[in-house]
Amino acid sequence: MNYTIRICGEAGQGIQTTGEGFSRLFSSLGYNVFSFQDYESRIRGGHNFYQITFGTDEIFAPKKFLDLVLTFDKKGLEYKNLLRNNGIVIYDANSLKQNEYDERFINCPFRELLKNAGLKNIYENIVSFALIANIFSIDKKYVYKVIHDIFVNKPDEIIEQNMKAVDIGYDFDMKKKINLPASNSEEKILLSGIRGIGIGAIGSGCKFYSAYPMTPSTGVFQYIGEHAKKFNIVVEQAEDEISAINMAIGASFAGVRAMTGTSGGGFALMNEALSLSGMTETPIVILLSQRPGPATGFPTRTEQGELLYAIHAGHGEFPRIVFAPGDPFECIHLTNKAFDLAEKYQIPAIILTDQHLVDSLYSYKKDLKIELKNRDYRLRSTDFENYQDYKRHKFLDFNKSNPLTPLAVPGDSKQLVFTDSDEHDEVGHITEDGEIRKKMLERRYFWKIENIRKYISPPKFYGNKDSKIVLVGFGSNLGILREIVNNKKISVCAIHFSEVFPLPIRENSYEFLNIISKSNLSICIENNASGQFQKLVESEYGFKFSHYIRKYDGRPFNYEEVLEDIYAIL
Amino acid sequence: MRSYKGFDNDTVPAWCPGCGNFAILDSFKKALFELGIEPHEITLVSGIGQSSKLPHYLKCNGFNGLHGRSLPVATGISVANHKQKVIIFGGDGDTYGEGGNHLLHAFRRNPNITLFVHNNAVYGLTKGQASPTTEFGRRTKAQPFGSLSEPLNPIAFAITMDCSFVARSFSGSPEHLKNIMKMAINHEGFALVDILQICVSFNKVNNFEWYRNRVYEFNADYDLSDKLKAFEKSQEFGEKIPLGVFYSNSRLTFEKNIPVIKDKTLVSMQNFPDIKSLMD
Repeated sequence: MNYTIRICGEAGQGIQTTGEGFSRLFSSLGYNVFSFQDYESRIRGGHNFYQITFGTDEIFAPKKFLDLVLTFDKKGLEYKNLLRNNGIVIYDANSLKQNEYDERFINCPFRELLKNAGLKNIYENIVSFALIANIFSIDKKYVYKVIHDIFVNKPDEIIEQNMKAVDIGYDFDMKKKINLPASNSEEKILLSGIRGIGIGAIGSGCKFYSAYPMTPSTGVFQYIGEHAKKFNIVVEQAEDEISAINMAIGASFAGVRAMTGTSGGGFALMNEALSLSGMTETPIVILLSQRPGPATGFPTRTEQGELLYAIHAGHGEFPRIVFAPGDPFECIHLTNKAFDLAEKYQIPAIILTDQHLVDSLYSYKKDLKIELKNRDYRLRSTDFENYQDYKRHKFLDFNKSNPLTPLAVPGDSKQLVFTDSDEHDEVGHITEDGEIRKKMLERRYFWKIENIRKYISPPKFYGNKDSKIVLVGFGSNLGILREIVNNKKISVCAIHFSEVFPLPIRENSYEFLNIISKSNLSICIENNASGQFQKLVESEYGFKFSHYIRKYDGRPFNYEEVLEDIYAIL
Repeated sequence: MRSYKGFDNDTVPAWCPGCGNFAILDSFKKALFELGIEPHEITLVSGIGQSSKLPHYLKCNGFNGLHGRSLPVATGISVANHKQKVIIFGGDGDTYGEGGNHLLHAFRRNPNITLFVHNNAVYGLTKGQASPTTEFGRRTKAQPFGSLSEPLNPIAFAITMDCSFVARSFSGSPEHLKNIMKMAINHEGFALVDILQICVSFNKVNNFEWYRNRVYEFNADYDLSDKLKAFEKSQEFGEKIPLGVFYSNSRLTFEKNIPVIKDKTLVSMQNFPDIKSLMD
């Protein structure tokens, strides 16, 4: 059993506060929660919404149909077309200057109530929040607590006014109740993609994060900034993305774990330095949070349009890793794995995500088990002092398990560390020698690619493996795949890739290849127009998908829509 | 280390015979030696160009990166390990052209970095095109109608942006250059030294004789933190070209403004923290 609430209005009307408030309220009561945001590229005005689905069923993806719409603008009234049975729309006829006579519309005079209590209009979102909590018969003390937690860092006066607004909303009798099934589980925590990547980076020992703000990557930049003091991290807003990535490479060369983050346009500017990381063998982690392109595209919306770009970006031939986490939990672990492999193999690693995942909230059990793999691969101080004849790019024995010269920290010993963006010799100095060039490429390119693949995990399976219908997807589409499988409207198996480049070696992918070869229908589902993931998988494994579902209107897949698409294929 | 030759390595410079770079390299090694700096205590950073090859020709830690991008790399290094002396060598194209945006923001940040610019008013590595400091109207193969942009005055630019140490020297005055280098390296904050340099292959105008007849060494007769006076001095460039320190101030450095690295270097704090508190 679950319910879906959509809160809508102009930017600046407190939509996000209200949406997050509901997400916190329901997850603190033990319900499963999934919420996502739909917003425009503007600071005030426009039309935004925040949608929360909550209940006793597990929930992983957006729903199309709604049980309750709370609207602060006229556009929101149109969502009556998406209402489920018994669904309602709550609005303030006075402030919208519009009366709806349909019985599904409930007029609540937020502003008049506020005026009578001597409060400003800005509290209308809090009034409506408390009012809806009452419709679901949620004890007032939980409402107080959530509002208090949201405004905890504000002056007492502001908190008091908010509490007053809670009373106004909660005590207003709407003569309408919705029976919420009891939740029999413990309080849950909420994670977004932003928090997942931020937690993964901090937990992996990231010490330097430089970025130029760009939606939808900025959330991670800010999250790490908020925690910089406590975890001893330097966060710098660079003058542009070129500077951001070069600074991170400098910091990494000097001996700390470093990361940068951006979206497609900024990543384009970073390409030259991505290649620099490859050539100088300086580890770096890059967050590429996708939005629809090309160029400035749809700044605040979602797409998976840069997979093939991410794996091919940068001039020249060098290896890189591209991970596309499916949910916040995977964000934590794959950010950690990206840091680990980037440093182990001295390469760039890209976290490929998108607006849909970074801005969505997922609920998890409180005792969520996080297992991070953290090993410092660098030579520091005394290790380095005693290291015989250190040369940054020395040729080591290829028969050894790791022929890469360990990274050393400049200044930690009297030995010197030198590297170069030009082709270089073992010390790191410029060379024009063809034989050295060949040997450098063999270790920098071939050896790394072959070995990295062994660490790439196979895709994960969901649902009935004997099913004749197989859905395959990557990245943020994990949610929609799981939603289709869980609802059991149709017997499907879903296969999800989150480690997308290089793809796992054949030996690790047999199960995937078996399942897909035994299926009657294999459907590749992705948020782009050209089927980039389909092309990648087909060229790697040499089979053809029988069908595909693609969405490229800048919005994420929702459950009902994908189900319809599958029916259409059947 | 018994002599400045201790900084020599066995790489043969790929510079033209008679290039001003040799003198700059030599003065730099002497400056380091006289300051008592050991090779492992410095990290040299450079971009692309003939000047940027310099770090390859002496014993040091070094990162030779991309064209125009030495400042961000150096800033990252300096923030990660502010105990290292971070020094950049670049040319007029590398620093004032491709890297102009980074220079502007380095002035604002004031990292504890020394930047030496080999300013020969021509693109040498790409064989003779105009640079940001080439005079208006000079014809080259790529500028058949003459350079149509006014040249940049790096000294005036740096003073305007409150760069914390601004000086000019000349590759043909090695003793002066060495002394300016020592002051710049010792200065705490972002130091720009514009080094007038001859290019024997591609700049037939600003040759040794041309500079020799114009340059003179000056000791500022004003308070070095007097920005207006310094700016006035920076306008002097033509028949007479002053060499010396134009301006300096003691602004807090970028590194000192970051509370996280107040007591310890970032690199000494590299660890894997417990993230339990983030999971509430």
